[in-house]
Amino acid sequence: MEPLEHLFRREAGRMVATLTRIFGVANLALVEDVVQDALCRALETWKIRGVPDDPAAWLMTTAKNRALDFLRREHTAHAFAPQVSWHVESEQAIRSGIELLDAAATITDDQLRMMFSCCSPRLTEESQIALVLHILCGFSVAEIASAFLSRHDTVKKRITRAKALLASSKRLFELTDADFAERLSSVQRALYLLFSEGFHGSSTESAVRAELCDAAMRLAALLCENATTATPATYALCSLMFLHAARLPSRLDQSGNFTQLLDQDRSRWDQRLLCEGQRLLEASATGDELTAYHVEAAIASLHASARDAASTPWREIVSLYDVLMRVRPSPVVALHRALAIAQCDGPMRGLEEILAISDRDRLASYPFYSAALGELELRNGQLAAARQHYREALALARNPTERRFLERRITECGPDAAKDSPGK
Amino acid sequence: MAQFAFLYRGGDPMPASPAEMQQRMEKWHRWFKDLADKGHIKDRGIPLDRSGAMVTGAPKRNITDGPYAEKDLVIGLTVVEARDLAHASELSMACPIFEQGGCVEVRPILML
Repeated sequence: MEPLEHLFRREAGRMVATLTRIFGVANLALVEDVVQDALCRALETWKIRGVPDDPAAWLMTTAKNRALDFLRREHTAHAFAPQVSWHVESEQAIRSGIELLDAAATITDDQLRMMFSCCSPRLTEESQIALVLHILCGFSVAEIASAFLSRHDTVKKRITRAKALLASSKRLFELTDADFAERLSSVQRALYLLFSEGFHGSSTESAVRAELCDAAMRLAALLCENATTATPATYALCSLMFLHAARLPSRLDQSGNFTQLLDQDRSRWDQRLLCEGQRLLEASATGDELTAYHVEAAIASLHASARDAASTPWREIVSLYDVLMRVRPSPVVALHRALAIAQCDGPMRGLEEILAISDRDRLASYPFYSAALGELELRNGQLAAARQHYREALALARNPTERRFLERRITECGPDAAKDSPGK
Repeated sequence: MAQFAFLYRGGDPMPASPAEMQQRMEKWHRWFKDLADKGHIKDRGIPLDRSGAMVTGAPKRNITDGPYAEKDLVIGLTVVEARDLAHASELSMACPIFEQGGCVEVRPILML
């Protein structure tokens, strides 16, 4: 059922965003109940009748009726909850409000507003992402906890607190253009982190959480549809997501093993996503601001355009990493730069560059760091050193896919000399 | 070929997240598609709400909520074609309702 992929998740986010506009943010919990109820009804009906031609419209109608049911009950009881009455003077008002549900443009706008509300400067990045995933993408607490290797309790607390903060903000859905402009970079950052988590996945379940990538790409596409938020940086962010996502199908081989970029079967890259990514990169090349997203997208684009691994333009990639180190320096960027240098000038130069990373200690818990050292030592012919680094990486591996990959590398280092000669 | 009713009973505590709903939906979709591809579906049938009333006749007419525990509630039915009861029962075994603790009652439909 290809067209129905993520239907429930996608519609959950849309309905929550729209109904929150109508009922007011103070009623977020009520809205979530109404939406959950509509989705459950849909499941009960569709599992036997089959999915209707326009499931989104069916769901919206059901949610609308549930909301009206709720209001009618409140009417007969002559007891509007105080937090409802301020927003809803009459059933007529709510009815006309709900009719707007069907306007596609409004739905997009609602989701954007919800996204910007979730990225309030008063919330930490972790909370922003958790909230976006929970409210707009229909992820449960358990799913978020598992995707981010966090404890269930921690995520639950984070979301509860964040929702309380949202609910206390009277200005949700009345964000001004200035608010949008001010929060845009937080929103972009949250989507970027969401996508990275999906792509590099720390989850134990699977190294490639395509669903997180999908969620990030869907929301990023919304940013492109709105004049205020469709900035060059937004296009660049979208571009890098598309260019990376195009490679998702080849990251795992037939037996579910992780395949490095240079060893990937390029014929399995998704051409449609690649073209779209290149088009977005061109669209991003306006204005005078060069963001990290631009540079990362440009790097991804060079990889994507190379016919095969051997024709990768490593010099150009190194100079783009130089730019990235100026725009958004980090030890992880420095590590990738060092690896690109190793491709140009040999493993020794790469190792030197890694040792020269000033805040190298921050990479200590990053499995790719030890793995990178192992890789370069292996190419350098220092098997014992390589093996040692791979073992350290293995101890940090976060999921079976990473573990299998590193175990295979250790095997490639040959038999352990120290082990073979007990005299030592 | 004879006709049989599958009565779906119980199961299904509400799924916690849209993703779980999606998974369940896809399982039911695959199950029905499989049955339909093999030509067993006579009528996909009707889903039933979990609410309802039970009207009893003695000593006098009386209306109560359904007397059934959640696990016994009929939540829908489907009409299938199969050779005999054993075959129909065999067909029901892949129904996703079992994963949610429900069951399928297989009943021959009386035909003249």
